[in-house]
Amino acid sequence: MKLFKIRGGVHPEDRKGLSSERPIEPIPLPHLLHVPLLQHVGAAANPAVHRGQTVRKGDLLAERQGVISAPVHAPTSGRVVGIGRYPANHPSGLSVPTITLQPDGEDRWSDALVGTDDPFALPPEEIAARVAAAGIVGMGGATFPAAVKLNLRQRYRLHTLVINGSECEPYLTCDDRLIREQSEQVLDGVRIMAHALGVGHIIVAIESNKPEALAAMRAAATGRAEIEIAALPTRYPMGSERHLVFTLTGRESPARGLTADIGVVVHNPATAFAVHEALRHGRPLVERVVTVTGAAIARPANLRVPLGTPVAHLIEQSGGLREAPARLISGGPMMGQPLPSTRVPIVKGSNGVLALTAQEVNRREPMPCIRCGSCVGACPCGLVPLELVARTRAADLEGAVRLGLMDCIGCGSCAYTCPAHIPLVQYINYAKGEMAARGRARHKQIETKRLAELRSARLEAAKRAKREAMARRKRQQQAKAEGETPPLGNAEVGTNAEARP
Amino acid sequence: MIAPLLSLTLLGLALGTLLGVAARYLRVEQNPLQGEIEEMLPGSQCGQCGYPGCSAAAAAVAAGEAAVTLCPPGGRALVEQLAAKLGVSVDLAAIQDQGPRVAYIHERRCTGCTKCLKRCPTDAILGASRMIHAVIPDACTGCNKCYEACPQGCIEMRPLPITVPQWYWPKPVPAL
Repeated sequence: MKLFKIRGGVHPEDRKGLSSERPIEPIPLPHLLHVPLLQHVGAAANPAVHRGQTVRKGDLLAERQGVISAPVHAPTSGRVVGIGRYPANHPSGLSVPTITLQPDGEDRWSDALVGTDDPFALPPEEIAARVAAAGIVGMGGATFPAAVKLNLRQRYRLHTLVINGSECEPYLTCDDRLIREQSEQVLDGVRIMAHALGVGHIIVAIESNKPEALAAMRAAATGRAEIEIAALPTRYPMGSERHLVFTLTGRESPARGLTADIGVVVHNPATAFAVHEALRHGRPLVERVVTVTGAAIARPANLRVPLGTPVAHLIEQSGGLREAPARLISGGPMMGQPLPSTRVPIVKGSNGVLALTAQEVNRREPMPCIRCGSCVGACPCGLVPLELVARTRAADLEGAVRLGLMDCIGCGSCAYTCPAHIPLVQYINYAKGEMAARGRARHKQIETKRLAELRSARLEAAKRAKREAMARRKRQQQAKAEGETPPLGNAEVGTNAEARP
Repeated sequence: MIAPLLSLTLLGLALGTLLGVAARYLRVEQNPLQGEIEEMLPGSQCGQCGYPGCSAAAAAVAAGEAAVTLCPPGGRALVEQLAAKLGVSVDLAAIQDQGPRVAYIHERRCTGCTKCLKRCPTDAILGASRMIHAVIPDACTGCNKCYEACPQGCIEMRPLPITVPQWYWPKPVPAL
C-alpha cells in the first residue's frame, strides 16, 4: 500500500536483537503481588474486597469509578493481605492505593468467567461493555481505557481500525513476540474490535525491522480482504498515533484533536490480544508480556507477568544483573521513565524493564546551545524545540505555549539528536507539567469564587428570611393589640415585607 | 389652565438638566481596573492580605499600593495573571509558593462546636452541632479562618499531598 513520509524523526540503533529471539515464557509466582488501583489514565478503582478475603484468579478486586476508569482483577488465586498504599511504578516514587495479594500457588481461575463462542453476534455496545468490565486499557503505555475508544463511533464517523504494531522504541520486543507467537489470537481480537467500532477496513502496521512478525500476520490474515498488512519504514517515532495515521493515510489529525476526527482509531496488538481473551474466554486483563532487557541483564527475556509482580522478581527471573545498572527504566529508552526502585510492581502499561549500563546511557554534560537547528530537523511535530526551551528557561511559559508547546508529543527526538546534549525534552516536559498545574490552580480559583458567592447568597437569603419573619410577627402583634383580626393570608404579608427594602 | 402646565414642564426640564449635568461632573471616580482585579481574586474574603476583604484588596492593587503578590490563596497563578493585567514584571521564579495548604481536623479533639464551619468562606467544612467535623479538601482554600476560630486547637493546616497524576518533572538545573 502507498505510504506517506513523516517529517523529522530519528533513527536510533534498535538493540532489539538482545531479546527478540527469546520466546515468551511464563514466570513462577512471586511471594506477594502488589496490585495498584491506579494503573490507567483517569480515576483510581474502588476496592471491592476486604482484608483476609480469599479470591480466585480473575475475581474483581476493585471496581471502576466513573467513565474514564478501569476495574482491577486478581492476577492469581490467593488471599488479600492488605489494602493500603504502596510505591507506584512511576518516577515520582509516590504511593498509590494498592491491594496486596498473597498467592496460594494454585493459580486457579474463577468459575464465574464465561466467554462467548460468537462475539460477532453481540451488539457493539455489549462488546465495549465486556471490554470495560475486563479492565482493558491501552497496553502500548498510554493506558487509556480501551472501552472508551471502542465507543467512539457514537460521536465520530469511523472508517478504519489501525493496529499499531510499530514498536518503534529501541530494545522493546514484547509486541513483536506476541504477534509472532499468537498471531491468530491477536487477529481475532482485532476483528472483534473492528466489529465493535463498526469499521470495514483494518490496517495492521508493523515496522519493517520485524520481518517475522510481518510474515506471521500476513499468514494469519490470508483470505480476509478487509485486513491490510503494512510494512512501515523503521523510524522513531513511528508508533506515535498521529504520525502512524499520517504515514498510512496521508492525513493529519487536528492539533489537540483525536485520530477519530479523521475517522481512524488506533489500538495496540497487546490490547487486541486482551480483547480476544476477554470476549472468547471471559478472562479479564490480569497479565501482560514484558521485555526485560539491557546490557546489565544477564539473560534478556520476554516474560508473561501477572500484574503486580515486583520488578525485582522479573530481574531475578532473567538471570539477575550482570553488573550494577547505571539506570533502570520502565518502558523504552526514548520515552520510558526511570524506576524509583525495584520494589515497584508491573502494571497494565509496563511494556519493558531496561537495566542499562553507563556505556548505553552515555550521559554527557550539556553545553551551550549554538542554534544549529538539529532539533528543528528532528522534531516530527514541526516545532522549534530550541525556542521552546529558551522560553521555558526564561520562565516565559506563555511564550512557549504560543510556539506550540502543547503540540509536542514528548518523543525525545530533539534531545536525542542535540549535539550539545541539552535536555530539551526534559525542559518541555517540565513546562507542560507546570502549565497543567497552573490550569488546575486556575480551575480551583474559579471554584472557590463560586463557592464563596453561593455562601454569601445563602447567608443573604437567611438574613432576609429572618427579617421577613420578624416583620410578620410584628404585624401580627400590632393587629392583636389593635383588637382587629390578623391579616388573612400569610403569603400576602410575606410579599408586602419583601417589597420593602 | 395653560400657566400651571407650562410652569411645571419648565420646572421639570430645568431640574432634569441640572441632575444630568451633576451626574456627569460630580461623579465618584472608581477605577474600572478595580472591578477587573476583583473578578480575578478568589473572593473568599479571608483577609490574609491584610485588607478587609477582596474588594478592598483589589482597590489597593489597582491604586498601586499593594504588590501583586499579596494574595496567598491565589498562589503563583494569580500573581502571574495580576502581573499580566497591570503590566508589572515579576520574577516568578523568586516567588516562594509555600504550596497549597488545606485544613485538617483532628477528630479526637473536635467537640463539634460548629465555630469553624460558620467561619469557612467556601463551606468546605462539613458537620453539625456536637458532631465531629470534617474538611472537604477540594473546596478548602487554606485561608486559616477556621484555624484561628477553633477553641480546641484541633485544626492543623497541612500541605496538600501531591498525587501521582498531578506530579510532574521539576525544571532541569542548567549546567551553565
